[in-house]
Amino acid sequence: MEPFSVLLIDDEEELVSTLVERLEFRGIRAAAATSGRRAFEALEKQEFQVAVIDLKMPGLSGIDVLEVMRRRYPDTKVILITGHGTEDGSSAEVPPGAFDILLKPFSIEALIERIHAALGRQGRRVP
Amino acid sequence: MRLPIGRRRNRDTDDPEGERRYSRIRRYTVILTLVVALVPLFVLTGVNYFLYRRSAEAEIRYNMSRDLLNTSRSLEFVMEERLSVLKLLVQERTLAELSDSRMLTATFQHLEQSFGGFVDLGCINAEGIQIAYTGPYQLLGVNYREQSWFNEVSLRGVYVSDVFLGYRRFPHFVIAVKRAAGDGSFYVLRATVDMDLLNKRVFLPGMGRQDDVFIVNREGILQTSSRFHGQLLERCTIPVPSYSPSTEVIEDLDEAGVSYALGYSYIPNTPFVLMMIRRRADLLAQWVRDRTELLSFLALSTVGVVIVVLYSSRSLVMQIRAADQKRVQMLHDIEYTNKMATIGRLAASVAHEINNPLAIINEKAGLLHDLAAHSDEFPHREKVLKAVESIVKSVERCGTVTHRLLGFTRRMDAKTEKIHLPSLISEVMEFLGKEALHRNIEVVTDFPEEFPLIESDRGYLQQIFLNVINNAFAALRDGGRLELAVRTAGPDQVVAVVRDDGVGISEENLKHIFEPFFSTKGQFGTGLGLSITYGLVQKLGGRIEVASRVGEGTTFTVTLPIAGPVRSDYPV
Repeated sequence: MEPFSVLLIDDEEELVSTLVERLEFRGIRAAAATSGRRAFEALEKQEFQVAVIDLKMPGLSGIDVLEVMRRRYPDTKVILITGHGTEDGSSAEVPPGAFDILLKPFSIEALIERIHAALGRQGRRVP
Repeated sequence: MRLPIGRRRNRDTDDPEGERRYSRIRRYTVILTLVVALVPLFVLTGVNYFLYRRSAEAEIRYNMSRDLLNTSRSLEFVMEERLSVLKLLVQERTLAELSDSRMLTATFQHLEQSFGGFVDLGCINAEGIQIAYTGPYQLLGVNYREQSWFNEVSLRGVYVSDVFLGYRRFPHFVIAVKRAAGDGSFYVLRATVDMDLLNKRVFLPGMGRQDDVFIVNREGILQTSSRFHGQLLERCTIPVPSYSPSTEVIEDLDEAGVSYALGYSYIPNTPFVLMMIRRRADLLAQWVRDRTELLSFLALSTVGVVIVVLYSSRSLVMQIRAADQKRVQMLHDIEYTNKMATIGRLAASVAHEINNPLAIINEKAGLLHDLAAHSDEFPHREKVLKAVESIVKSVERCGTVTHRLLGFTRRMDAKTEKIHLPSLISEVMEFLGKEALHRNIEVVTDFPEEFPLIESDRGYLQQIFLNVINNAFAALRDGGRLELAVRTAGPDQVVAVVRDDGVGISEENLKHIFEPFFSTKGQFGTGLGLSITYGLVQKLGGRIEVASRVGEGTTFTVTLPIAGPVRSDYPV
C-alpha cells in the first residue's frame, strides 16, 4: 500500500464509494465522506494526506470545506472535482488553497496522477 | 453581389401605426412651427401694409393740397393784381381823362406792358354807352345797359365775369370797376382779360401728364378746357363741390367708375373755382410699387419659412425615428442577451447534472474493468472487458460534449485571450461534424500551418462561427460543399471565409440579412442569429461581409484585428 491516505468527499455516494474501491485496488488507502460534516468527522479520527472534494454539495460546499481545511488541516493537499468545466477540460480558475481541479467525468489514472503531483511525487499528467 | 454592412432595415416602415405616428409628429411640428413663424410675419407685414398705405394717402393729400394752394394763390394774385390796378385807375383818373381815347390808349399800353393779359379797355357811362374804347375791336358806342354784368357792377361796384366769347369770339372774361361821380351818376372802367393769362397760371410746371387742372364757374361751366372732363364752356362732367373758404381734397368716382382725388379752391372775388383732378391709380403708383415689394417680401419669406420648416421637421422626425430604431434595437439585444443568459444557465445546469451520473457510470465501468482484469478467467471475460471499454469511451465522448457546452455558455462578458483561429473554427465544426456526415456534406478547410494568434474573445468567436456555419448548413443541399479558409490580411488583420455552394440569397434578401428578426427560414428561424453575429463582430473590432448569388452559393467573410479592441459598450 502507498504511504498516504486519500479522503474523497462528494454527495454522490455511488461515485465516492466506487472511487475508494478503485483506489484501494491500486494500493492507495482511501475513505469516503458524502458531506462536509462527515468529512470533518473522518479527519478528526484519521490523518489524510490528500482530500478530493466536490465543489458543489448540499450544505457545506466544496469551497466551504476547503476554507476550513486550510485553517485546520493545512498539511492536507486538496484536489477539487466538479461537474462544471470549460471546453478544454480545465477549470477556469483553481481556488486558493487547492492544488488542482478535475472535471467530471475523469479517469482514475488522471486522479492518481494529480494525487501524486499534489504530494510532490513523480507522476505523469494525464490530460 | 457584395454587400457592405452598416445598413439596417427600418422596421417601422413595416408598421403602419408607427408610420402614422411619425406622420402625425411631422404634421404637428410643421403646423406649429409655421404658425409660430408665419403669424408674426403676416401681422407685421399687415401692419406695415396699412401704415404704408396711410402714409401714401397722407402724402397724396399733402402734395395735392400744396399744388392746389400754389395754383390758387397764383390765380388769386393775378386776379387781385388786375382788379387793383383797375380800381386804382378809376380812382386816379377823371371821367374826362378816361373818356379821352388817346389817353385811354396810352393807359392801356402801360397796363399791357406792366401786367399783360389785357385785350382791350373801355369806359362806359351811367347809361351803359361805351364812351371810350381802346382795343382791336370796333366797340365804341356799344350799349351795355341791358346786360346783366352792367347792372351788377352798377350795384356792387366791382364785377368779374365768367368766361365767354361775346363780340370778340374768343374766350375771355371781363373785369369792371365802377366809380361814382359827385352828382349821383357813375362811370365804369371795363377791361377784357385774355384767358391765356389764366391758362398759363393754371398749368404750372411739374404737373403730371395725368393731372387735370381747370377752372369752372360756380354753375359747373368749364372756364378753361379740361383734359378729361369737357371743353371750354361745356358743362364739366364732375359736379362742382360745395363752397369752402380753404382748399379741399376729396375722393370720388367718375362716370366710368374710376376713383379720383379732387382738389378745389374757390378763388375769392371771382366766379371761378379752381379744380385739380388726379386719378388714384396714378397717385398710388409709388404705393403700388411699395406694396408689390412688400408682398413679394412676404411671399419669399413665407416660401423660405415653409422650406426651412419642412426640411427641419423632416430632419427632426428622422432623428426621432433613428432614436426609436436604436432603442428598439437595444431592447432586442437586451432581450436576446437575457435569452442567451437563460439558455446558458440552463445548459450549465444540465451539463453539471449529466456530468455527475457520467462520473458514476465512468467509475462503475472502471471498477468492472478492474475486477474483470484482475479476476481469474471466466466466460466471456474478453467480451466484458471490451464492453466496459466501450462504456468508458462513450462516457468520455459525453464528457467532451458537456464540457464544450459549458464552454459555450459560461461567459457572456468579453474577455480577450490569445486564440488560434483555425483551431477555434475546427472546434466549432466538431459540433456540426455529425450533421455534415449524415447529409454527406463535404467540408474542405484551407488552414495554413503557421497562423498568427489573435487577441479576441473565445466565446464571441465561437458564437460568430457557429452562427455563420449553421447558416451555411441551412443553405446547403445534401451532398453540398462547405469551404472554410483563413488567411492574414496585412500585418494587423486576419480573414476567415465560410463559403457554401447552397441555394444562395436573393439580392433583396441580402440587403436585410443582418437585420434583427429578418429570416428566410419561416417559423424555423428567429431572425436573430446573423444580426447578433454582426453585433459580435463589431464588438470585436472587425467587420463581416456577405456575397451571394441565387443557385450558386454564399460567402461570408469575417475580418478580425489581430489585436483588436473589444468594444465593451456594445450590447450582446
